Amino acid sequence: MQLVLTDGNEAIAMGAAYAGCRFFAAYPITPASTLFSSMLRLLPPKDGIVIQGEDEIASIGFCLGASMTGLKAMTATSGPGLSLYSENISFAIAGEIPIVIVNVMRQGPSTGSATRGADGDVQFMRWGNSGGLPVIVLAPVDVRDCFALTVHAFNLAERFRCPVFIASNKEIAMTRETLNMASLEKSAVIERTGHAGGPFHPFGVDAGNDVPAFLPIGGSTLVRQTSSTHGKDGYITTDPDFIQAGVARLKRKIDAHADPIHRFDQTIEKEARWLIVTYGVTARAVREAVRMLRETYQTPVSTLVIKSLWPVPEAAIAAAAENVDHVLVVEMNLGQYVHEIRRVLCGRKVDFFGKMSGQLITPKQISQQVIDG
Amino acid sequence: MDSLLNPDRPPVFCPGCSHERSLKALDQAFRHMRLARDKIVMVSDIGCSGLFDTFFNTHAFHGLHGRALTYATGIKLSRPDLKVVVTMGDGGLGIGGAHLLAACRRNLDLTLLVLNNFNFGMTGGQYSCTTPADASTPSAFLSQIEKPMDICTVAAAAGAPFVARASAHRQGLVDLVERAITFEGFSIVDIWGICTGRYLKNNPLNPAGIDAVLHSLPPCSGLVTANERPEYGKQHRQKRGLPATGESWTPVKSAFSPSIDAQRQVVLLGSAGQKIISAGFILATAALSAGLQVTQKNEYNITVMRGPSVTELIISPDLIDYTGIEQPAALVCLSQEGVGKRLDLFRKTSTHCRVIKAADVRIPPSHGAILEIDFKALGIKPNERALAAIALLAKANDPITLAMLETALKNSLKAAQFQDTMGLIARGLALK
Repeated sequence: MQLVLTDGNEAIAMGAAYAGCRFFAAYPITPASTLFSSMLRLLPPKDGIVIQGEDEIASIGFCLGASMTGLKAMTATSGPGLSLYSENISFAIAGEIPIVIVNVMRQGPSTGSATRGADGDVQFMRWGNSGGLPVIVLAPVDVRDCFALTVHAFNLAERFRCPVFIASNKEIAMTRETLNMASLEKSAVIERTGHAGGPFHPFGVDAGNDVPAFLPIGGSTLVRQTSSTHGKDGYITTDPDFIQAGVARLKRKIDAHADPIHRFDQTIEKEARWLIVTYGVTARAVREAVRMLRETYQTPVSTLVIKSLWPVPEAAIAAAAENVDHVLVVEMNLGQYVHEIRRVLCGRKVDFFGKMSGQLITPKQISQQVIDG
Repeated sequence: MDSLLNPDRPPVFCPGCSHERSLKALDQAFRHMRLARDKIVMVSDIGCSGLFDTFFNTHAFHGLHGRALTYATGIKLSRPDLKVVVTMGDGGLGIGGAHLLAACRRNLDLTLLVLNNFNFGMTGGQYSCTTPADASTPSAFLSQIEKPMDICTVAAAAGAPFVARASAHRQGLVDLVERAITFEGFSIVDIWGICTGRYLKNNPLNPAGIDAVLHSLPPCSGLVTANERPEYGKQHRQKRGLPATGESWTPVKSAFSPSIDAQRQVVLLGSAGQKIISAGFILATAALSAGLQVTQKNEYNITVMRGPSVTELIISPDLIDYTGIEQPAALVCLSQEGVGKRLDLFRKTSTHCRVIKAADVRIPPSHGAILEIDFKALGIKPNERALAAIALLAKANDPITLAMLETALKNSLKAAQFQDTMGLIARGLALK
C-alpha cells in the first residue's frame, strides 16, 4: 500500500501529468484554484507550460493555440468561468481541437456560492456551445476516479479531437481522502493520429474514418485552423451539402463511437424492485443508502453510477432498468440528467430526487425516497 | 524571395480599402526578412482583418472576435521558434481589451497589427472604440458621447515595449512592420486606414487627412525605452526547468495496526488562527499510518484570517462512501464562532459521542459525554488547543493512538518544532 491523503483537484493534476498534458492555462476560481497550484508543481519540472490567463476566455484561448501546435492541453474552472469558456468550447468543437476542460462545479446560479458543491452544470456542459454539437463529459465519484477519468479524458480528446469535460464537484475537488497510489488505474496513453503522408487537408478524413488526421501548426506542412464553417482545406465554404456532411460528421464521430467512451459502475440485485441512477459525489451517498436499505429494511436496490454522462450510455441505462418497477434518479440539482433517463426509458415512470442547497444529499434522504416510494 | 501571398486566394477587400495596402506591406516585410512560410503563423479573428490569414500561404489560425492574441500566446509559448503575427481590427481590439492589456504587460514575442479603420466594417459600420466623436456612423449619437481610445497610449501605458502608429498609405509601413516583427518582445502597430465600404460613406477621409491627424499626435514610432525588459517566453523557459517545489505526494509509511474497528467521525470547531485544519491534517496523516481510510473536509471564511474554521474528519477501516457528518464520534469545541457555524452537529450526537469543550465556549444541548477543559488555566494557547485536544483523543486510543500521533508529527514537523509540540502533547495528556 502507498497511502497518501489527497483531494480531487490534486488527483486530476496527477492524472493530467501522467496522460502527457504539457500545457495548462487557467484563471483562479474557487473551487478549481488548487488544481492550478498542483499543475504549477507538476508541469514546469517536465518543461511543461503553465500560465495564468487574464481571464477565462484567454485561458482557454491559450490552450487552443497550444493544442494546435501538438501539445496536450487542459484548463480548469467553475460555473462562472465555464460561462466565459462557451465561445471557445464551440471553437474547439468546430476546429476539432483536443482539449480537456475541468469544471469543478459549485452552487449556482451565477456566482452562487464559491465553496459549496453542486452538479448544476450537467446540461450546460453538453449544450453550452453554439450549434449544439455533442461533447464528452466524464463525472468522477472519488479521487481514484479523478485520476483515471482524467487519463481517459485526454485519451478521448486526442482520439476524437474534441473538448472533453471532467465534471467534478467542490465536494470531490476539495475533500481530502485516502488514495492508495498503487491502486491508480494507469491506462495506456493515446496520442493524436498524425497524418500518414500524401496531400494534407486539415479537415479531411479518409473513408471510414470520422476524425481528421493531425499535423501541428509550425511543422513543414502548412496547417490552417479556423472557427468558421470550413471545407476540408480549412477555408470557408458555403456549399450546403458539404456543410451538412461536416456537422453530421462532428456529431457522428462522438455518437457512433460511444462504446469506448462509456464508463459506469452498476450493482444489479436480482431481487431488486428499485434502481437508483446517479453520478458524481452523490453516488457515494447512494451507496450508503443502498447499504442501509438492505441491512435495516431488507430492501435490495440496484444502482447505476454513470461516469460518462455525455454521450448518454443509453444501452446501459435500458439494461439496468429492465427488471425493476421503480427508477429513481438522484442528482445535486433540480433535475437535469433525469431528462436523459426519462428519454431513454421512454414512457416509463422515472422518479427524481435532488437538492441544490450547497449541502451533500444524505444517505437518509435517499433511502427515505425508496421507503416512501 | 517569392511573395508569401496565396496565389489561389487573391485579396477580396472592397475597392480602395486600406487593408489591401497593409496586406502587401506585411508580405513585403516577410520577403525582406526572408522568412520561410512554414515558420510564420498568421493569427486573426473576426472582421475584415480576419481575412488576412486566408490570403497568406503560411500557417494560419482564425478564431473568435477579439481573441486572436490569446491563441497567438498559446502558439508562441509552445513554439518559440515561430514568428507569430496577429491581425485585429479596432472592433476586435475593443472586445478583446483585456487581452491587449495583458499582452502588453506580458511581453511575449508577438506582433500585433491593428487594422484600425474606425468602425465595424463587416457588420454595418457601427462605431468602435476608436471612432472619432465627430464621426457619423449608423450608431446615431452613441459614437458621439464616448471618448475614442488611443491604442498606442493605452499600449505604452500597459507596458508594451514596441508601440507604433502609422498610416496604411505611407511608404514607411513595410519597414515599420519589419522592425515590429524583428523586435524581441510584444510589438504593436496601430495602422490607420480607410474603410471604403462603410466609414467613407458618411465621413470624408483620405490619406492626407489621416496624415494630418497622425502629425497632430505625439510621435509613436517603435521602441518605448521605459518598457524595455526581457521577453516573457525566454523568462518562462528559464524558470520552468527548475525542480519541483512544495509538497509532493509521498506515501505515508504504514507502521501501525488500526486502533478502531468501525467508522469514526470527528469534527474540530474553532476559529481562524487556531490551526484547526493543520491539526485535522495531522490527525488524518496519523490515521493513514495505520492503513485507515480518511476523509477531511474543511470550511473557513474567504477572509482566511477571520471567522470560523471547521474541519470534518471521517476515519474508517473500510472504504468511506458518504463524506458528510451524520453520527459524530467526537466534537471538539474550541471557539464560539466555530460552534456557531455547526449547531446542527450537536443534534446528531449520541451518548457515544465525546464532546470536548473549552471552558470559555458555550455549546447547545447534546446527547454526548461532555468534557470541559480550561485551556487558559493550563497555559495552552488558543492556537495550541486543537493539537492538545487531539492528544486527548489519542490518549483513549480512539480513533488514533499516541504512537500514530507522534509519528505523524515527527514526519511533518522540523526537529525543534517537533520537540515543542511533543511538550504540548504532554500537557494535553495531563488533562483529565
